[in-house]
Amino acid sequence: MELGILVFLSSGLFLGWSLGANDAANVFGTAVGSRMVKFGAAALICSVFVILGATVSGSGAAHTLGELGSINALAGAFMAALAAAITVFWMTKLGLPVSTSQAIVGAIIGWNLFSGNGTDLSALGKILGTWIGAPVLGALFGALLYLLTKKVLAVSKLHILRLDSYTRWGLILAGAFGAYALGANNIANVMGVFVPSSPFTAFSVGDLFSVSSVQQLFLLGALAIAVGVYTYSRKVMMTVGGGIMELSPVASWVVVVAQSLVLFLFASVALEHLLASHGLPTLPLVPVSSSQAVVGSVIGIGLLQGGRAIRWATLGRISVGWVATPALAAGICFVSLFFLQNVFNQQVFEVVHYRVTEPLLSKLAEQGIDADSMRPLTGQDFDSERTLMQAIGQRTDLGYQARYRIAELARIAPVQIDRDGLREVRDSATLSDSQLAALSSIAGKRFDYPWMLADTLGNRAPDWRFMEKTTVNKLHNNALKKQLDYVIDVFKTAPSRAQQAVGRQRTVDSKTCAPA
Amino acid sequence: MGIKFTGRLFNGTHKLENQLDEFLDLLSESSILYRSGLSYFLDNGGSDSDAFRQKLQQVDQLESRADQLRRSIEQALYEHSLIPDSRGDMLSLLEDLDFLINLFEENLYAYSVENPQFPQEHHKLMKELVEQVVLSVEATVMGARAFLRDLSAVRNHLHKVMLYEHEADQLALALKTRVFASDLSLERKAHLRHFIDKVEGVSNQAEDVADWLAIYTIKRAA
Repeated sequence: MELGILVFLSSGLFLGWSLGANDAANVFGTAVGSRMVKFGAAALICSVFVILGATVSGSGAAHTLGELGSINALAGAFMAALAAAITVFWMTKLGLPVSTSQAIVGAIIGWNLFSGNGTDLSALGKILGTWIGAPVLGALFGALLYLLTKKVLAVSKLHILRLDSYTRWGLILAGAFGAYALGANNIANVMGVFVPSSPFTAFSVGDLFSVSSVQQLFLLGALAIAVGVYTYSRKVMMTVGGGIMELSPVASWVVVVAQSLVLFLFASVALEHLLASHGLPTLPLVPVSSSQAVVGSVIGIGLLQGGRAIRWATLGRISVGWVATPALAAGICFVSLFFLQNVFNQQVFEVVHYRVTEPLLSKLAEQGIDADSMRPLTGQDFDSERTLMQAIGQRTDLGYQARYRIAELARIAPVQIDRDGLREVRDSATLSDSQLAALSSIAGKRFDYPWMLADTLGNRAPDWRFMEKTTVNKLHNNALKKQLDYVIDVFKTAPSRAQQAVGRQRTVDSKTCAPA
Repeated sequence: MGIKFTGRLFNGTHKLENQLDEFLDLLSESSILYRSGLSYFLDNGGSDSDAFRQKLQQVDQLESRADQLRRSIEQALYEHSLIPDSRGDMLSLLEDLDFLINLFEENLYAYSVENPQFPQEHHKLMKELVEQVVLSVEATVMGARAFLRDLSAVRNHLHKVMLYEHEADQLALALKTRVFASDLSLERKAHLRHFIDKVEGVSNQAEDVADWLAIYTIKRAA
């Protein structure tokens, strides 16, 4: 194993540690804060289920890319992970529950600014939406569920000790499920970017079971999360479970369940699909984060009780922490990338080329965009998204988001369908037989725009075809998008992060960059 | 298998619930024995009555058992970190209720040792006083049971405690007035007043427990 890989991996492990130290409060904060579950027991259950979630449900081939996967150089991903980790660590030190995903998105925005890439405004919109939507929904569900629970308890006349016992088990079960989901949903963000350079090799124990290199890598990340839970999560747990207001055990349970319900109802594409496929009205999907939903639920119960018990000063600090997290991560990432590139001579981003071509103009026309005004740009090579967006801006009056979408389509990211890649895809069992057949039928072909590959595959097999954008079809389209991202990741021909990391750098023949 | 597992899981809780119920049963039984004991004391000519001595012995045994139970419950509550938000209140409640049983025992022992001689004309009022005192303790026990299972019913029972305590106050005052208006010697008057106060003191303690119970209930209902 190269020392360089270990160094790069360390920032992922640090991010995992920070995530464990901060996000464990979302699942066990109220249980520990209300003294219903001892910290040691909570840390043990949380760690075990985080590890299970990360290794069992987190390591599917299509789930391993993670948000940092959009960064195209290992050193850049290292610094983005480090910036996010430093930010989350800082917030954890202050005892503030923050969203690790937002720290990562913030760091990616910092990388985008440094590398000349545009930023998808919808990502910013999601962050802003989460600051408001998640606490409001959390508060609403917390208050309603608390009222309902109180009514049920009043009717059921449970003995105080029986209620205590049920509440304790309820908290442990909800915490265990939450920890499993935490591991499954976040491990890709922690370790996903290092999958191509995983230093592990697969092994099997007799005929009993086999452990892939990705699973070993994710186990390492999950262990880092577990260490974070054990060593540093108590402070944030106490903020969530007692710092905002003192919570009764029943209220503690309500907070955890309300948070899970908010995530399930307003962030679950699967539920939306289920409702829509049965002709039932769907709930609007909104960006929600568990950190913000938990705090919202506590506030909801506090307001229901008159609001006098809420410590507004603590709440103010938490809100400042939410706003500061992505901004700090972006700032730290931007400044650190400068040093990493100019002082340590590391390649923090790969130069990506953008080119306006006839096929692109046709594609844009298909999508109803006025392609003629961009015709003068045909044949020009742009070495950053920002320069292309500026050039489009000079010729059209399109807004930022529209120009960003065009630039994304103009991105040259060559994909070569080769035998090694086909074998890897077949072994991963990620695609259906007809999808594999369609992919095999274009063996040896090369595509410069990723959307060209998608269009070609779509023409060859119905399984590769995106369906009309409706609520019922969203699940299918999302799954297909993940499969496509996976295929593109496997077959991309630019000096990939994996190849850089293991020193098998291949040069790209500049002649083949031109679209066919 | 599932039922067995669930059974084992909640076995400890079951045991502790039973212990708490038994503790309250003991207090309730003590109050009934106290009433019978004093009735025998008045009717059968003082502490030499066998029936009175038997009741005293029974209350003494109940008090010992109640002490054992209280310790065992308190230990379990702390050892297993149960009901963290109400544990302190529960311990105070147990101590206060235990003090009521102690008062019954101590009262009966005092009657046994000092053998106060109530003239026949005061017996009816004295028995009425004891009845109100016992009712106040009974209502306190009901309030405590409701605190464990049904918070909405606590207030109803506590209201009755206040009522019985007030009645006991009135009866004690009337009895003391009659005693001091009688032709008895001053030392006998003072002696009887001391024993009237002792009996009345039990309902005062019951009222104190009820006051605290009202606070514990508000805290739990929040």
